[in-house]
Amino acid sequence: MGAPTASGTASPHQNGTATTSASWSVEVVYRGIFQKRLANRISRGVVLGARKEGKVGTAFARYGDSPERNGIPAKNFAVVATDEVQLESSLARYEPESVDVSIVVDDTMCKGVESWAWYGVQPINKLVVPGGSLVVTSDKQPDELLRAVKVKPYAYNLVVVPSPVHAGVFAPEGSASFAGLWVDNDDNTDFKCLVAVARVAPQILTLDSVLDIVRERTNDEARVEAARAIYDQIKIRHVEPGEGSTVDHEEYQKPGWTQMREGIVVEAMQVGTRNPLYKKWSTRTRRPLVNFDTCIKCTQCWLQCPDECFEVTPEGTYEVVYEACIGCSICEEVCPVPDCITMVNELAFDNNDNLYPMYASDPEGYRRFLQQHGIALHPELIDKAKKTPAVHQQPDYPSKKQKQPVVTGGEE
Amino acid sequence: MVIAVPPHTTSNAARPKKFEEEELLLTGSEAIAHALRLADVDIVGAYPIRPYDAVMQAVAAMIADGKMDCEYIVAEGEHSQFELVKHASAVGARSFVGSSGVGWFYAFEAIAVTAGLRLPVVANVGNRALDDPGAFGVEHNDALAVRDLGWLMTWVETGQEAFDAAVIAYKVAEDPRVMLPCAVSTDGAFLTHSQHLVKIPPREVVEQFLPKYDLGDRLFHPDNPITIAPQVDQDWLTEIRKQNDAAMRRAPDVIREAYREYYELTGRQREPFVEEYMTDDADYVLVGQGTIAMPGRVIVRRLREQGHKVGFARLKWFRPFPADEVVERLGRFKGVGIIDRDYSFGSPHHGGVLFTEFRAAFYDSPKRPAMINIIGGLGGREFTAADGQEMFNLLQQATAGELKTNVHWIGVRE
Repeated sequence: MGAPTASGTASPHQNGTATTSASWSVEVVYRGIFQKRLANRISRGVVLGARKEGKVGTAFARYGDSPERNGIPAKNFAVVATDEVQLESSLARYEPESVDVSIVVDDTMCKGVESWAWYGVQPINKLVVPGGSLVVTSDKQPDELLRAVKVKPYAYNLVVVPSPVHAGVFAPEGSASFAGLWVDNDDNTDFKCLVAVARVAPQILTLDSVLDIVRERTNDEARVEAARAIYDQIKIRHVEPGEGSTVDHEEYQKPGWTQMREGIVVEAMQVGTRNPLYKKWSTRTRRPLVNFDTCIKCTQCWLQCPDECFEVTPEGTYEVVYEACIGCSICEEVCPVPDCITMVNELAFDNNDNLYPMYASDPEGYRRFLQQHGIALHPELIDKAKKTPAVHQQPDYPSKKQKQPVVTGGEE
Repeated sequence: MVIAVPPHTTSNAARPKKFEEEELLLTGSEAIAHALRLADVDIVGAYPIRPYDAVMQAVAAMIADGKMDCEYIVAEGEHSQFELVKHASAVGARSFVGSSGVGWFYAFEAIAVTAGLRLPVVANVGNRALDDPGAFGVEHNDALAVRDLGWLMTWVETGQEAFDAAVIAYKVAEDPRVMLPCAVSTDGAFLTHSQHLVKIPPREVVEQFLPKYDLGDRLFHPDNPITIAPQVDQDWLTEIRKQNDAAMRRAPDVIREAYREYYELTGRQREPFVEEYMTDDADYVLVGQGTIAMPGRVIVRRLREQGHKVGFARLKWFRPFPADEVVERLGRFKGVGIIDRDYSFGSPHHGGVLFTEFRAAFYDSPKRPAMINIIGGLGGREFTAADGQEMFNLLQQATAGELKTNVHWIGVRE
């Protein structure tokens, strides 16, 4: 929620142009809980900055996203208007029908987002208007992000808010989460995003208004100048219609009251099956890669995974079902073999296919693939690992459903 | 730049104030917390439930920051929460409490007794659908469930009104002629969690407006030997209830006075009971309470663009139900559509609560417009432009005598 910020009456920052009645919307797509403060500061910054120019506005989080869960995508909105009548169309709503600017504060969400508040995976740029902008905080180049972002039938802009790469425990070199997944780092991400809005949509708020906000919040001219410097560094990448990812995601059709069961009863998943619609993978910023050569079949990953994402391979080792994996990294924590399970940047992958088939058909290729992700192969461990007995057998591989594996040795 | 201010928004232009106000970007819940701060509330009974809990969070933050000085007690459940503020009120503390949905229901016993004891507790109900199934979206049945018990009840629309009404609530509730608890309802999500620009007057202005809470000789204190709520039987209860009835009958005038004074001070809240929008030459009027007025006015403007003479009336106080105002104001229209963001299963014509009350208000009136009921927005479902069109079509048809039924659910997936 954040402390309320005092804002004066209309300031000298009138933009001087005659304005017809209009309103504009900005959304912030963020990872729940971790980036909640960041998102709130950005959306409030939009409204309070625009207020300095005499506009009115409202800010709100997407109500259905709460209570937030760690990392599950959520949304925050700011709507700014020239007058109360224009603003009113955006009030008592859960989200705008479209946005002029969509700000994404974790680049792995470019692959699409699934949230509490809506059904199924939605493209990250779903609400962006023709000619609008998708602003992404990232250490990647626009082209790399566009491999993941869904195509649109019209042109829009992509802006990458540049970041230094944070080295450290949770954000090792080259990984996602520029803005810091864990707390509000106060690393100027919010100001940089506001500057980006001023750059692509000055009709919402101008750079001067943003700098006023920075000044008010920090009382630090050095940070004001740093924000001003970002303005010139921002590059706007024009995205053509049809440019981007063509991956489609199933849409859910809601039933009518005559089709629903009475007494607030819904079907549950049968044991051993996975929810066909709610996948959860969009929660992920990193995914685990398994070294099938060194796996000793201890079953800990399979056992400890909170979403039962591990399935048994024909060799009795374990592989990840990436459709279900939320990237919690418990498997990496519990695996006793060095570098057998390693969390790597999610953005490097285009799909959620299981990876054992790649290893089975081309083990050398798979080893090179692990090395490309900076994973040490530990060849000295392979011999011993291959001799370990399997605990489970998966008679039906590749299984179409998540099947309960058969325990080897029967009743023992 | 010209900023078009629609007629319902009271501007300060006609009434220059003698003081500066601070403008903040606040949720409706935070606005209430500011009102509590300026009203110098003595005690807040807290227990978390979405969506009202934004109020208790904001109050806690203010106390932690040293901006507000009051007792803040987190109970172990809503029943205790409401009990403790009732007792605090009995010993002379200006009290605040709040809840939502089934949390409000958990305190039902205390809620009934608070009114019975004539204690001017102010409560915020962050309207929320009743579980099961769990849904955090707005429905009005939580607050409405206590409508017979003697609580004053008001529904507010904007963050600004949430602030203003919370201050006014203390004035009215604590008035010696009234001495009844007051529930200020804020629509879940659309008001509790939506940030609006809100003007906050200086503390002295609120202090001037609100006299100190004075229970007089009902103050529960060792120096004042009284007993509160002894056990009674059939010999006593009728008279006790009659007193409560008399207090509620005195409330409308007290409310009018309070609003008049507040309007003089701030230029806001000119209308105590029914706020009208584009009704001057209207044939048809849609009626609702709470944030339904926002899409309501959007719908009215769209219909007006099509040439229809339609307006919107927002009911601000539900208890006491302003029957005289309602009959006088709405009687002049051909057709009235009452929008219920609630349900009342099995009621006459299976209508919603407001519909049933409006009809009752009009029963003796010679001028009775065609009146239909729109039930919608349940569980926090939004009202869309298409809904607005459908509502109006139904209202037109009903007015022309073309409809067989007068209660309609809109936006339902068949």
